[in-house]
Amino acid sequence: MKNSAADYLILDKATGTYREDPEQQVRDDVEKHYWKNVGIAILKDWRLYLMLLPMLAVFLLWRYLPMYELLGSFKVDDLVKPVSEQWFKGFSNFKGLLLGTGTYAEYSVNFWRALRNTFLLSFYGLLFGFPMPILLALFFNEVRSNIVRSTLQVFTYLPKFMSTVIMTSLVVMLIKQGSSASSTPPGIVAQLLSNLGLISADVAQKGLLNNPTYFRAIYQISGIWETAGYDSIVFFAAIIAISPTSYEAAQIDGANKWAQMRYVVLPSILSTIVIMLITRIGSMLSIGYEKVLLLSEGRIDSYQTAEVISTFAWRIKTNQNGLASASEMMNNVVGMLLVIGANTIARKAANVSLY
Amino acid sequence: MKRRLEISELIFKIISYTLLTVFGLCCLYPFLYAISASVSNRHAVEYSEIILIPKGVQFDAFKEMFSSNEFWNAYSNTLFLTIYGTVWSLFVAILGGYALSKKRLLFRKFFNFFLVFTMWFSAGIVPQYLNYLATKEAFTALGIMDDKWLVVIAMGMAAMNIILLRNAFENVPGEIEEAAIVDGATELQVLTKVFIPMSKSTIATVALFFAISRWNGYFWARQMISNASEQPLQVFIRDKLEFYTDGENLATWTRNYAADSLIYALIVCSIVPILIIYPFIQKYFAKGTNAGGVKE
Repeated sequence: MKNSAADYLILDKATGTYREDPEQQVRDDVEKHYWKNVGIAILKDWRLYLMLLPMLAVFLLWRYLPMYELLGSFKVDDLVKPVSEQWFKGFSNFKGLLLGTGTYAEYSVNFWRALRNTFLLSFYGLLFGFPMPILLALFFNEVRSNIVRSTLQVFTYLPKFMSTVIMTSLVVMLIKQGSSASSTPPGIVAQLLSNLGLISADVAQKGLLNNPTYFRAIYQISGIWETAGYDSIVFFAAIIAISPTSYEAAQIDGANKWAQMRYVVLPSILSTIVIMLITRIGSMLSIGYEKVLLLSEGRIDSYQTAEVISTFAWRIKTNQNGLASASEMMNNVVGMLLVIGANTIARKAANVSLY
Repeated sequence: MKRRLEISELIFKIISYTLLTVFGLCCLYPFLYAISASVSNRHAVEYSEIILIPKGVQFDAFKEMFSSNEFWNAYSNTLFLTIYGTVWSLFVAILGGYALSKKRLLFRKFFNFFLVFTMWFSAGIVPQYLNYLATKEAFTALGIMDDKWLVVIAMGMAAMNIILLRNAFENVPGEIEEAAIVDGATELQVLTKVFIPMSKSTIATVALFFAISRWNGYFWARQMISNASEQPLQVFIRDKLEFYTDGENLATWTRNYAADSLIYALIVCSIVPILIIYPFIQKYFAKGTNAGGVKE
C-alpha cells in the first residue's frame, strides 16, 4: 500500500511546523512484512491450524461449494452438464419465475403458489405454534410435584427425538384413507375427527392428506406435537428463574393469579419471548423440506397447499435446473435478510446477539 | 380477599393439570397406538377395532421382520452411519471448536464468520444435490466408491454444534492450560488431557445431537446411496410405508396380520433404541439448549 507524504508528517503544535512521524516508519515495516509475519506465526503454531483444517474442508466442500452451484440460477441448461459448461443467460430465470413470461408461465404460477404456501405455513406456525410452548411452560410451573411434572415433560419432549420419517409415517397411518374395495375404515384419528363432527365421514374416507384443504392444519398440529414440549424448556427455565419474593410481594398487594401472571410472570419472561419470536421470524422461509416432502410426495392433489419453494425446486430440478436454482436462490437470499434483520433487532431491543 | 386468591389459583391449577395431562397423553398416544397395532390381529387392525389395548395378540409381524435379511441389513447400515458418522462429526467439531476457541488464532473472526454464515445462508436442496453428485464423482476418481462413507464424511455437520463446543472450550480457565504447557504438554495433549475432560458434559450433549441426527437421517442417505442394500432403516421404513399404503400392493396381501402391523412393528423397532437412551439424554438436551450459543 502506498502512503502519501502527509502520512509521514505531523504538525508540531508548539512551533507550528511539520516534522516527520517516527512511528510511521515502524508501521510501514509492519505492513511490508505483514504476510511474512503471518506465515511465521502459522508455521510456529502449525498444529492449531492443522486442527482447523478438517472443519474448513467439510464446510468448504459441502456448504460453500453448493453455493457455487447456485450460480446455475443464472444459466439455463439441463442437469447433466456442470455449471461451468452451461451458457450464461443473465436474469432470465428470475424474470421468468417472477413475471411468468412466455414458456415460463406455468412454472411462474407454481412458483408463486409455492411462495405463498411457504409464507402461510410459517405464518400459521407463528400464530398457532409459537404460543404453545409458552402456555405449556406456564402450566408446567403450576405442577408442584416434581415426579408428575418430569413425567409430563418426558411425554411431551419425546416426539422431538423421533425422526421425520417416523413422525410422518405415524401421521400418514393415523389419518390414512379407508378402502372401499375391502370396506376398511380410515385411520383411527381420522375416524375420531369424523365422529366428533370436525370433518365429514366422506372426507375422512378419502384420506385427509389427499385433500389440500387440510394440509396446513395437519402440518401445524403435527408440528405442535413434535416441538411444543421441547420448545417449552427455554420458557420454563425463564419462569423458574423468577424469585419467589416477587410473587409474595404481589400477593401482599392483593394480586390474584391472573394479576400475578400479568404483572409478575409475563414481564419476567418477556425478553425470552421476544428473542424466540425474533429467531422464529428470522427462520420463517426455511420450512423443513423433509417433512413437507414426506407428507405430500406423490399426492399431487395436495400440492395446491403443500408445495413449498424447496419442494417445488426439487420437483422441477431434472427438467428445469436453472429455474430450480433460481427459486432457491430467491428464497435463501430473502431468508438470510430476515435472519440478519431479526438478529439486528434482537441486538438493539434485547441487547442479545443470537449468533 | 384471601378467598378470591385461592379460587383463581385453584382454577388455574385445575386448568393446568387438565390441559397438560391431555396434551401429554396426545403426545404419547400415537406411539402407544403403534405398539398395540403392531401386535394385534389382522381384523382388529384393518377395521380399526383397537383404541389402545391390543386385540387378538400376534407377534407374527415382528417375527416376519426379524427373520428378514433386508431389515437387519437396514438396521446395520443405520448403525454404521450412526457410529462412524458420530465419531467423524465429533472429531471434526472438537478439533475445529478447539482451534476457534484460541484467541491467538489468526483470522479468528474470519473463521468464525465462515462458520456462522452457513447458519444464515444455505444453498438449498437442489444445489446441494448437484454438489453431492459432483463430489461423488470426484471421490470415485480418488478411489472412494463407497456411498456410505461419503454420507459419513459429507453429512451431518452443524455449525451450531461447533459453536457450542467453542464456547465450552473458551470457558476452560487459561491458567490450567498454561500449567499444562509449563509441564511440557504438546498442543494435542493440552486438548486431550485438559480441554476434553473439562468440557465433558458439552461434548456428551453434542455427541448426542450428532448421534440422533445420524440415526434419524433420511433424505440425503436416500439421495446419495445408490445401492438399495446399503440404505439405512429410515429409508427402509419409508419404502415399506409407500409400498403398503398403495391399494394395489395391498390387494395381494394374504398373511394373518395386517400390512399396517408390519409398518407399525418397523416404527416400534426404530424408536426402541431412542426410548432406551432417552431417560439418560433428556437432561443433557435441556442443558444444551439453554447454552444455545447465545453470546452477549
